[in-house]
Amino acid sequence: MKKTLKLSTALVLGSVVAATAVQAADSITVVSWGGAYTASQRGAYSDPFTAETGITILDSDQAGNGLAGLRAQSEAGNVTWDVLDILEGDSMLACDEGLAVELDYNKDLNAAPDGTSPLDDFIPGSLNGCFVPTIVYSTVIAYNQTAFAGDKPSTIADVFDLKKYPGKRALEKKPDANLEWALIADGVPVGEVYNVLDTPEGVDRAFAKLDTIKDQVVWWEAGSQAVQLLADGEVSIASGYNGRIFDAQVNEKQPFTIIWDGQVFELDGYVIPKGAPNMKAAMDYLRYATDTQRNADQAKYISYGPARSSAAPLVSTHITTGIDMGPHMPTHPDNFKTPVKKDPGFWADNKDDLSERFNAWLAQ
Amino acid sequence: MAITVDSTGDLSPEEQKRLKGDLSRSLRQKKIRAILLVAPLVAFILVTFIFPIGNMLVRSVDNPQVHTYMPNVTEALKSWDGQELPDETIYAALAKDLIEGRKAKTIGKAATRLNYEKSGMRSLITGTARKHKKIVAPYKESLIGIKKKWGDIDTWKIIKKTGSPVTGSFFINAFDMVESPDGEISFAPEKQQIYLKLFWRTVWMSLLITFMTVLLGYPVSFLLASLPMKTANILMILVLLPFWTSLLVRTSSWIALLQTEGILNDLLVWLGVISNEARVQMIYNAIGTVVAMTHILLPFMILPLYSVMKTVPPSYVRAARSLGATNWTAFWRVYVPQTVPGVSAGAILVFILSIGYYITPALVGGESGRFIGNMIAYHMQKSLNWGLAAALGVMLLVMVLAIFALYSRVVGDNKVKLG
Repeated sequence: MKKTLKLSTALVLGSVVAATAVQAADSITVVSWGGAYTASQRGAYSDPFTAETGITILDSDQAGNGLAGLRAQSEAGNVTWDVLDILEGDSMLACDEGLAVELDYNKDLNAAPDGTSPLDDFIPGSLNGCFVPTIVYSTVIAYNQTAFAGDKPSTIADVFDLKKYPGKRALEKKPDANLEWALIADGVPVGEVYNVLDTPEGVDRAFAKLDTIKDQVVWWEAGSQAVQLLADGEVSIASGYNGRIFDAQVNEKQPFTIIWDGQVFELDGYVIPKGAPNMKAAMDYLRYATDTQRNADQAKYISYGPARSSAAPLVSTHITTGIDMGPHMPTHPDNFKTPVKKDPGFWADNKDDLSERFNAWLAQ
Repeated sequence: MAITVDSTGDLSPEEQKRLKGDLSRSLRQKKIRAILLVAPLVAFILVTFIFPIGNMLVRSVDNPQVHTYMPNVTEALKSWDGQELPDETIYAALAKDLIEGRKAKTIGKAATRLNYEKSGMRSLITGTARKHKKIVAPYKESLIGIKKKWGDIDTWKIIKKTGSPVTGSFFINAFDMVESPDGEISFAPEKQQIYLKLFWRTVWMSLLITFMTVLLGYPVSFLLASLPMKTANILMILVLLPFWTSLLVRTSSWIALLQTEGILNDLLVWLGVISNEARVQMIYNAIGTVVAMTHILLPFMILPLYSVMKTVPPSYVRAARSLGATNWTAFWRVYVPQTVPGVSAGAILVFILSIGYYITPALVGGESGRFIGNMIAYHMQKSLNWGLAAALGVMLLVMVLAIFALYSRVVGDNKVKLG
């Protein structure tokens, strides 16, 4: 039975990605999130890498279903991805399930220019065996300045205050970040959020708080939707990924303001799928793209904080507009006053249950 | 070759035999040729349809993770009665599985599966495995020392239950029910129920969409069928043009039309029908799904209706009129019954298509306009609980088959015609 299952899964799910398998040996498939984010990686990593090595990079925008694709390809025994961009939480699962290559960090990655070893240079605790973080990104709240004539919202609690700050809200259609914010708005200190959320009463409390704005919420699923809803005036306040909102602020001159209070930050980076077809080139790419200078270069394109501490001082100005990138980084001291570090361990354990509860709550 | 005929005019036995042989040989050749001709299609259907459906059926009950990746403890737990905490030998088996599973990087697969049964099992398993250096004899003491939950009898009941190679737990979940560690099945708390509600919503909204397409499609088809060919062809292009347009384009246009800052609302505000503050929410809810899907599926109703209506001889209605029937009676008693096969075909086509739809509801349905297909996609791509996705898929398949069986009994297969 297992064999049949494997075979048929190979045919069904594998065939979707098999289309990308036909490739010359001098190119590798890098799977990422698409849009402004892939563009930033192209500018900072991929194009210079191709110029230096002659290896072409094939971009694939399937990171949204990255773990699902990794599992399907591994079960089918037909891995077609060489490098996968993945969130820290998912990378833990991929590593635990043996889907990603285990790395010897001090050997596989470059040391910082001053000789600091990778293990000391990357954000502490983020090198979990298979994962190499490249950026810190944040899920934040932003509002459209034109929606509020007088007083502007400035805290997470304001998002839940429909009387003072009327208008629809756009939130991401998953429990992550929303439950944390509901508790913060309900008075839970930032440091206590996961302790409270780990109890049934805490979960009830978070959903009760979300109930108060439920009929005013439009739920989005793709990062670009949040920005679109805010720009169209469909909503007055939206949650979104800080880089996408920055992109709209700077490149499209949208009148958006980010509320940094209660930003939920998370790491994003690379894993190499076990059985990647062009293993050597993939490892070369990984070493190249996570180098201190490249890591700092990415911040020229998008406002995500570099994951190497040696890269932070090298962050300069935006490549097309020339504005100083520092104040737009989630990790800038002015923005980093009340951040929530998204707890990958908590979410790995509770994602199944809380998502089910969240979906049922949505359907009510 | 000459055929020898005996005196009675019959073929000799040898001739009969030879002719029979010739005949069956040429028949066989024909058969082989026919089989070869349909073989590509059969192979195609086998690979793209029968195989995946079989795979789905198997997956909805298949449960290999725990007994494959934690073989020792699964075997050891077979003799455990579940009355009190297991003894040292079972703890030792667990220790062996954790240490070996960590080395082979397979323990995470078992942990993922167990976490579906109870939240926290994932970190219990992977967290203990990560501290493999601390796992030493006596194992019972050392494991409970690493994680307290190893001293909880429910943990063991769940591992024992999930260790069987075949499971009903995905179906239990799909029916909005929960199974306690002791195996008692009951409905989940009200606020966690979702799937049955979504199934019901999918059915009634699909019926509504089918009804809307009949309502809108019937007059259009009637017009198309009764106009002269030249005009009808032009109108037909108007029906087919949206049909040829990408599904996503059509759905997105509805967003532009219906959103609160959209064209329709702007128009209503401009006309003074509604005030600027009281703009109507027409999208991201059930209305959005019904409107967009009715539009998208309309051609599937119009085309079969049109082709059936084309075959209805106009002389029947004229005969009815000349025999004294009113316009209405002639239409209702003579014309409509002859178009029933077209309505039936269109209705079953639209209904079955809409019951499995998920892109349009995902884009314009918001929360109240979401279908069961969206949940299946969610479990395939996001939560990665493929067993549950398969169980929901099987339920949808059974439901469609049941509805189709009921339908063909009530309406009759011969009443369905595509032209």
